[in-house]
Amino acid sequence: MDAPSTGPTDVMAATKERLRRRPGWIANLYAGNARAVIARGFRVIRSANWGVVATGFFEPVFYLLAMGVGMGALVGSVPGPDGQPVSYAMYIAPALLATSAMNGAVYDSVNNVFFKMRYSKLYEGMLQTSLGPMDVAIGEIFMALFRGFLYAVGFLGVLTVMGLVTSWWALAMIPVAVLIALGFASVGMAVTSYMKSFQQLDLVPMVLLPMFLFSATLYPITVYPEPVQWFVMAMPLWHGVELMRQLSVGYVTAASAGHALYFVVISVIGITAVTLRLRKLFLR
Amino acid sequence: MSEAGGSVTAVSVIEARELTKTYGDFTAVDAISFDVAPGESFGLLGPNGAGKSTTMRMIGGTSLRTAGTLSVLGLDPERHGPEVRASLGVVPQADALDEELRARDNLYVYGRYFGLPRAYLKAKVPELLEFAQLTDKSDAKVTALSGGMKRRLTIARGLINEPRILLLDEPTTGLDPQARHILWDRLFRLKEQGVTLVLTTHFMDEAEQLCDRLVVVDHGRIVAEGSPRGLIQEHTTREVVEVRFGSARNAEMQAELAALVADGQRSRAGLEVLPDRILLYTDDGEAMLEEINRRALNPLTQLVRRTSLEDVFLRLTGRSLID
Ligand SMILES: Nc1ncnc2c1ncn2[C@@H]1O[C@H](COP(=O)(O)OP(=O)(O)O)[C@@H](O)[C@H]1O
Ligand SMILES: [Mg+2]
Repeated sequence: MDAPSTGPTDVMAATKERLRRRPGWIANLYAGNARAVIARGFRVIRSANWGVVATGFFEPVFYLLAMGVGMGALVGSVPGPDGQPVSYAMYIAPALLATSAMNGAVYDSVNNVFFKMRYSKLYEGMLQTSLGPMDVAIGEIFMALFRGFLYAVGFLGVLTVMGLVTSWWALAMIPVAVLIALGFASVGMAVTSYMKSFQQLDLVPMVLLPMFLFSATLYPITVYPEPVQWFVMAMPLWHGVELMRQLSVGYVTAASAGHALYFVVISVIGITAVTLRLRKLFLR
Repeated sequence: MSEAGGSVTAVSVIEARELTKTYGDFTAVDAISFDVAPGESFGLLGPNGAGKSTTMRMIGGTSLRTAGTLSVLGLDPERHGPEVRASLGVVPQADALDEELRARDNLYVYGRYFGLPRAYLKAKVPELLEFAQLTDKSDAKVTALSGGMKRRLTIARGLINEPRILLLDEPTTGLDPQARHILWDRLFRLKEQGVTLVLTTHFMDEAEQLCDRLVVVDHGRIVAEGSPRGLIQEHTTREVVEVRFGSARNAEMQAELAALVADGQRSRAGLEVLPDRILLYTDDGEAMLEEINRRALNPLTQLVRRTSLEDVFLRLTGRSLID
């Protein structure tokens, strides 16, 4: 068999023409082909690893059953976001959804990105092509959001079956889960650009776990003294939890918009930081 | 541009000037300059840690240089990475294959990263799998392939965009002799088609086989440049005598042997003392052996051979290429 043809027609002519027209400041960062990275992500999901995808779905369900149903039997009902009493399961379910959006996004953007960079060399392979680091980052963040989207749909399905949602507003919990994931994934990826060793990854749960436990997820924020309340309210997860809780019962106020805005701002900051750190992240 | 040797006739496809890369206060690549002509097969020969891979990554624009200028097909890879790589095929030292995809999909997905159309890839992927002798492995998981198969798949992957320049970082390291020869054969065919090859290696036989021209790199610096034959002629004698005296006597024989090579020989003659043997560079190996025997120096083993690039490196640095 002859060597593969490298004929006179340039198969890359179209790509080269497209890349030539890109403005100079972005020419090295973004080739406008993040969809190829996304297509790769879907191919992987299709061909393998439903097990890995599934664990992320079951985690909040198990929490809901253990805490919501189990503990809920002891706790009874608690005041909901609009002051009306709700069952304990109904109280924590939205918080669990917000938390799983956070955990999934951080896991994807920190642990997975670090592993693919240092160990499997996946990005090294991708970046030997006409892709730029921003194509890779956008593609990977998109896949993290897609995963968050799947979990949110699944969890909302479980809540509906268990009779724990009472308003059509609850459907908005799905895009909000994606927004929460975007905020955490973009900031997470920026943080990853500073990571040097696997040991540093162990610090991540030390931030996430307390955030989960203390962000008024399992009990109202009013149990804390006021200074602690202010601290909790500065944390991103608290805003996610509050917003989800309001949507679950359809109690939408100006505060809900404020919480959403918090995540919009976090996402803008995170995406800006990732863009500035792209070279450090991928081109060492 | 084509000062030394005058071998660079056409416009260079790669032009490096004072190319430098530091990591903290460690200098991995130290102000190297070289040109690669279209269709040429150009090598970077040097021991581990010489800075070869770092240089390759800078050519592909995946590592940012600290100083110097670099032009690949007229573009700065640091500022136009995606556009430069559109014309490059890269075979990194670590294969960097996508272990979550099958062999065939590795090629297909990679082609999509280049923005190549699906229809083109449907035809191209089987062609490349056959070129790499992996047709019967096309559905295999990458993790199930042997080292040689992975290497061939990586090379096939690097050809998906029909590159004008193929960058090969240690293409055959870790392969058994048979797999190496298959690979060399494949690379010859590409060269025949006019693909410019840039390869790094620490195997002198590979450099001799594949390179029209090469630079010898050590500690991030170029210590010599030329064709394999030219380098051998320039830096070594025609032949070399290898003698072993056993570890105890090796060092003490040095003075006596030094006198031998100094005797009325040309300037490139000389000796290198390695831990296990002494090499005597001379244009007439047989005569040297006779002299050794006449003086009854009684080496345990002795042999005469033609000099190679390994000797060039040894003469230039006093160290062996592979330790
Ligand atoms: N990312 C990095 N950070 C720090 N040092 C590095 C890095 N990459 C390479 N080096 C160092 O630079 C030197 C040259 O490395 P490399 O280019 O891989 O050499 P070669 O490919 O010739 O074996 C080595 O000493 C290596 O340890
Ligand atoms: Mg190397």
